[in-house]
Amino acid sequence: MIDASGHADHLCAYFIRRTILEQSKRAHVGHIGSALSIADIIAALYGEILDISDPDDPGRDRLILSKGHAALALYAALHGRGWIDDATLATFCGDASLLGVHPEHDLRGVDFSTGSLGHGLSIAAGAALAARLSGVARRTFAILSDAECDEGSTWEAVMFAAHHRLSSLIVVVDMNGQQALGYTKDVLSLAPLIDRWRAFGWDAVEVEGHDRAALTRAIGGFDTSSGSPHVVLARTTFGRGVSYMEGKIKWHYWPMSDDEYRQALAENEELGCEQRSSAL
Amino acid sequence: MRAAFVRALIELADRDPRVALLVGDLGYTVVEPFADAHPKRFFNVGVAEQNMVGVATGLAEGGFIPYTYSIATFAALRPYEFIRNGPILHRLPVRIVGVGGGFEYGAAGASHHALEDVAVMRAQPALTVIAPADHRQAETAFHALWDVPGPTYYRIGKDDNGVVDGLDGRFRVGRAEMVRDGMDALFVAMGPVSIEAQAAVDELGRAGRRCGLAIVASVSPPPVEDLAAELARRSLAITVEEHFVNGGLGSLVAEIIAERRLGCRLVRCGVRVPADGLTGGQRYLRELHGLTREALAATAVRELAA
Repeated sequence: MIDASGHADHLCAYFIRRTILEQSKRAHVGHIGSALSIADIIAALYGEILDISDPDDPGRDRLILSKGHAALALYAALHGRGWIDDATLATFCGDASLLGVHPEHDLRGVDFSTGSLGHGLSIAAGAALAARLSGVARRTFAILSDAECDEGSTWEAVMFAAHHRLSSLIVVVDMNGQQALGYTKDVLSLAPLIDRWRAFGWDAVEVEGHDRAALTRAIGGFDTSSGSPHVVLARTTFGRGVSYMEGKIKWHYWPMSDDEYRQALAENEELGCEQRSSAL
Repeated sequence: MRAAFVRALIELADRDPRVALLVGDLGYTVVEPFADAHPKRFFNVGVAEQNMVGVATGLAEGGFIPYTYSIATFAALRPYEFIRNGPILHRLPVRIVGVGGGFEYGAAGASHHALEDVAVMRAQPALTVIAPADHRQAETAFHALWDVPGPTYYRIGKDDNGVVDGLDGRFRVGRAEMVRDGMDALFVAMGPVSIEAQAAVDELGRAGRRCGLAIVASVSPPPVEDLAAELARRSLAITVEEHFVNGGLGSLVAEIIAERRLGCRLVRCGVRVPADGLTGGQRYLRELHGLTREALAATAVRELAA
């Protein structure tokens, strides 16, 4: 939020959640819970981890939001970085807008368009391979939903990345345990997910997904110059920060009423912002 | 055309370090020369065509020109949505190469017969779609289009010997290549079955029926002006394609006739019925669907008399 010198950290999860709430309310659209689920992950990535001084620099780290339906969290971060302005942000879901429910690469700061689940990891693997072939040290990040691990194509890419030891590839799986029509354990069991990634040859760690410092420490500890690709299984709460959304299937698609919106904003104020990692 | 493809690709890769080849565990005795010449830019991704296209998308975003290679059905249809949301949506120079369009994998059965690939690829306005008639034309096309900015689909045949007489390897993007000029009717042909169309035209010529023959390898962008000009001069057009008649070359010509308000009558030779479980060699399947030179000539005689 506001640090001791009075500066706002617009990349803290508090601001990202607030933008998600404001814009989804204004546009009267859903996917709120899925976006809130990754606010801390996005905050950690765009606040501290990603090496992107300029989104047009070919040598920048790449990020693909494979769970594209959480694009509002990404837009909030791009806004926080100053790459999209207030007026552009306010076009979210409007006509002739580059800011749809799912991200489009034509928007500055979005590396790849997504929206069809199970596609992102293979593109990320290709991006990591391109970096290796070019002799560039940049890293590639992909944020997957847990339910996206239902897709066979995800596992094609998991095998490929492990076989080619794409160590500069870092995946964060948002393990909120929910999908559109139910809980992942009821729809198509993923357990034991960490064992599955490890069995496929990945360096896998499980981290509290709302602990920005822990996320930053875990990712900062990865060897991205050699060895296996890396996956962070981030334990998250769907709808994080809004009590009536947390863990509720309804909030995959549902938009907020006026009363629900006021309550959500108030609860976000209470939750506030987690501090940056002091370890890095 | 497979040998022409690999030969062209090695030459392109020699010149340009961006060229890479990904195969979906197919291409035995075909792709090895590329792997030997450029081992660091050759990847057998395994039996995983969706990932092959996704990886190619990431490579292309990073500055490479990746070619993906498999049998046409697996190259085009299995990862179709990955092609759509990947290189097409991102406007990236991924080259999808599908080998064995039509009935080239005859006895392998319906799973291996690519009869709708041109239709689904042609539906994408941002995709260049190339279906060469013979290996010489294929080689010209590979050299002509290797560094265009957007994605390309190549539908190539297995035959590295047969040629369309008079084509002489000519290829121009967005153009049709005329190889016969007769005015009684216009044959319009796509892919290796063009050799049958050319033989039919020549047989008709010996019987006193003079037909034109336009070869369409640049399916998209389509040779609208060339075809419109040739169609306007004739009262009968016969399209020839080893493909379903819906959505492919026959549909393309029908669109031109309708949109240009031409008076030309159209007969579409191609596949009209779904697979029924019976299979056989390419020659047998061409006979079954009226795509041999004899059948095409008979069709022309019948329609000219109608």
